[in-house]
Amino acid sequence: MRGLLFILAGLSVMGLAFWSYQENYKTRDALSEVRKLHREIGAAHERLGMLQAEWAYLNRPDRLSDLADLNYDRLGLLPLMPDGFRSVDQIIYPLPEVLPITNPIDVNAFTAAQDEDDPL
Amino acid sequence: MTRTPLRPLAHILKARSRGENPDVIEAENTRMRHEQDRDKARSRAEGRLLVLGFGFFFAFAVIGGRMGVLASTEAEEPRAAAVGNPIIGQRADIVDRNGRILATNLDTFSLYAQPQEMVDPQYAAEQLAVIFPEMEAEELVEDFTGSRKFLWLRRQISPEQMQMVHDIGSPGLLFGPREMRLYPNGPVAAHILGGASYGREGVSSAEVIGVAGVEARFDDFLRDPANEGAPLELSIDLTVQAAAEQVLAGGMSIMNAKGAASVLMDVHTGEIISMVSLPDFDPNNRPQVLTSGDQADSPLFNRALQGVYELGSVFKIFAVGQAMELGLINPNTLINTRGPLELGRFKIRDFHDYGAELSSTDIIVKSSNIGTARIAMQIGADRQRDFLGSLGFFEPTSVEMIEAPGGAPLLPLNWSELSTMTISYGHGLSTSPVHLAAGYASLLNGGIRVQPTLLRQDGPQNGERVVREDVSAMAASMLRQVVVRGTASFGEVPGYAVGGKTGTADKPRPSGGYYDDRVIATFASVFPADDPRYVLIVTLDEPVESSGDRPRRTAGWTAVPIAAEMIRRVAPLLGLRPQIESLEPIGVTLNSN
Repeated sequence: MRGLLFILAGLSVMGLAFWSYQENYKTRDALSEVRKLHREIGAAHERLGMLQAEWAYLNRPDRLSDLADLNYDRLGLLPLMPDGFRSVDQIIYPLPEVLPITNPIDVNAFTAAQDEDDPL
Repeated sequence: MTRTPLRPLAHILKARSRGENPDVIEAENTRMRHEQDRDKARSRAEGRLLVLGFGFFFAFAVIGGRMGVLASTEAEEPRAAAVGNPIIGQRADIVDRNGRILATNLDTFSLYAQPQEMVDPQYAAEQLAVIFPEMEAEELVEDFTGSRKFLWLRRQISPEQMQMVHDIGSPGLLFGPREMRLYPNGPVAAHILGGASYGREGVSSAEVIGVAGVEARFDDFLRDPANEGAPLELSIDLTVQAAAEQVLAGGMSIMNAKGAASVLMDVHTGEIISMVSLPDFDPNNRPQVLTSGDQADSPLFNRALQGVYELGSVFKIFAVGQAMELGLINPNTLINTRGPLELGRFKIRDFHDYGAELSSTDIIVKSSNIGTARIAMQIGADRQRDFLGSLGFFEPTSVEMIEAPGGAPLLPLNWSELSTMTISYGHGLSTSPVHLAAGYASLLNGGIRVQPTLLRQDGPQNGERVVREDVSAMAASMLRQVVVRGTASFGEVPGYAVGGKTGTADKPRPSGGYYDDRVIATFASVFPADDPRYVLIVTLDEPVESSGDRPRRTAGWTAVPIAAEMIRRVAPLLGLRPQIESLEPIGVTLNSN
């Protein structure tokens, strides 16, 4: 009985050792994965920062107003002025769309001639 | 182990036969046994001490060794237990109220040299002088061939320049990574942002520190990694700021002014939507501080915040407002305006003679010094001082910039009766345009004191009440009258019901007294006057409008048209719809189908 316990304890120690060995390597893999991801996020963040800076630089108000002046012929952009506001009744609403035709009428020579005969 | 008996029979018998005491033998044997026991115990104790000693030695050796390893290796973030985002360690961005970037970082490189590594210092120096125009080849050769082992060449270089330096191919020219502060909008909002420079510098990194403006004021916030890169949100609106700068710069050159400033403030929240001071500078390339002369001539000087001037008649509305608050007058009360008003040797005159009396509304509309001084006399020195104090005219503004304490108002040493009268029309008390904007905002927003701020606010400020709501509305309607039929008739912007007060103050001479031909022209305006939303202050330094026969310097001819143009440009950008009276009622009714 005692011998069996010793054997079981020994086996469990070996099992735990194997498990911890595996866990150790899994942890290391996870850590290196995290490191890699951090590096990637860092690089992406750097790139994002650069793009945002470039976007802000390209959209600086001085440049935009210069571009609007240069392209006035094509775009006709002017600074927003109070006369840019209009009351609602000065806005042309889009015309209502033509309703779909559900009862088509044949318009060929025969029916047209019939229609002429028909006083209705 | 064989145990020796204490009384061996053979010895005892022998001793007895010789007539000796056998106890001596026993005593001798006992002694011998004790000695043996003692020796054994000692050697065992020695052995134990040795083991213990070794134990301690190894324990200390391990601890010491570990400490040595920790001390000698590079610090490393604990990767497994890292909290938050370890990547964003850069200085935080500064954005405007709509999230547009005002200041950000750019990764770049610095250039340094290690002359002992160079193969051909002469060639390297010549090539560097070609790439960087500010470098002199002779000086570089001297540096490279001297005893120096290390020298900085450039704090930051562009990628193109870096490639060109690479192409020189000298092993002694090296690059270190640098973070550069970039202000993508150039001079827009330059005074507010301030600028940044490098603090402690190393080859592999450098500390970016703010040197002025909000960059310096919020240096700790911007550098705090705990914010995880959260940007600093200002109350500035970039589009409005740019439009205001454009209009003010144009106006300044038309009016031949030396400098100009404008402040646009939300009356309820105290947020500064735009603050312009001209001439300005590019914070990417911040100019040096003047070492001689008047700092007010430097482009670094923020006239809106630091420029403390006597602003003139724009102060009249405070005297009239307070008198209405105290119930001394109402808008129709007639005030004696017969002049000149004499107090000792001092005489107060009006720009024109306005006859015997004017209503208090007309005193504001026509800007009568005599009438305002008489109202101030009714109020009295103490009450006037308390009221102006409650509007924040006695302490530096609370604007979140490092320069704000520099804009402390100049008060009279002795608040005499004469001071009371002159201060009522804006002489004898020097304040900055931001003070004036905060005072107008507090008076006109319904009477709640607001503190000017550069940080985005989520709701109106809940300050103490300075005047009643009806007084605030009456003051706004008086200011509207100034534009409709008074000194600021050029200030009319159709649809925006602009109200405002002009102020033209002679500039003080440094030697004492006042200049005859140099003025500070100010227009303090509010729009829309029927429901005040924004206060705009425009100040011009030494303007002259020379289209007429005689040069005109009054604010009505100089500051007012600029302010009107600014409102015309800025109000639509702020989302204010002009209130245009339509001739017929709107004929479209909206209903849901």
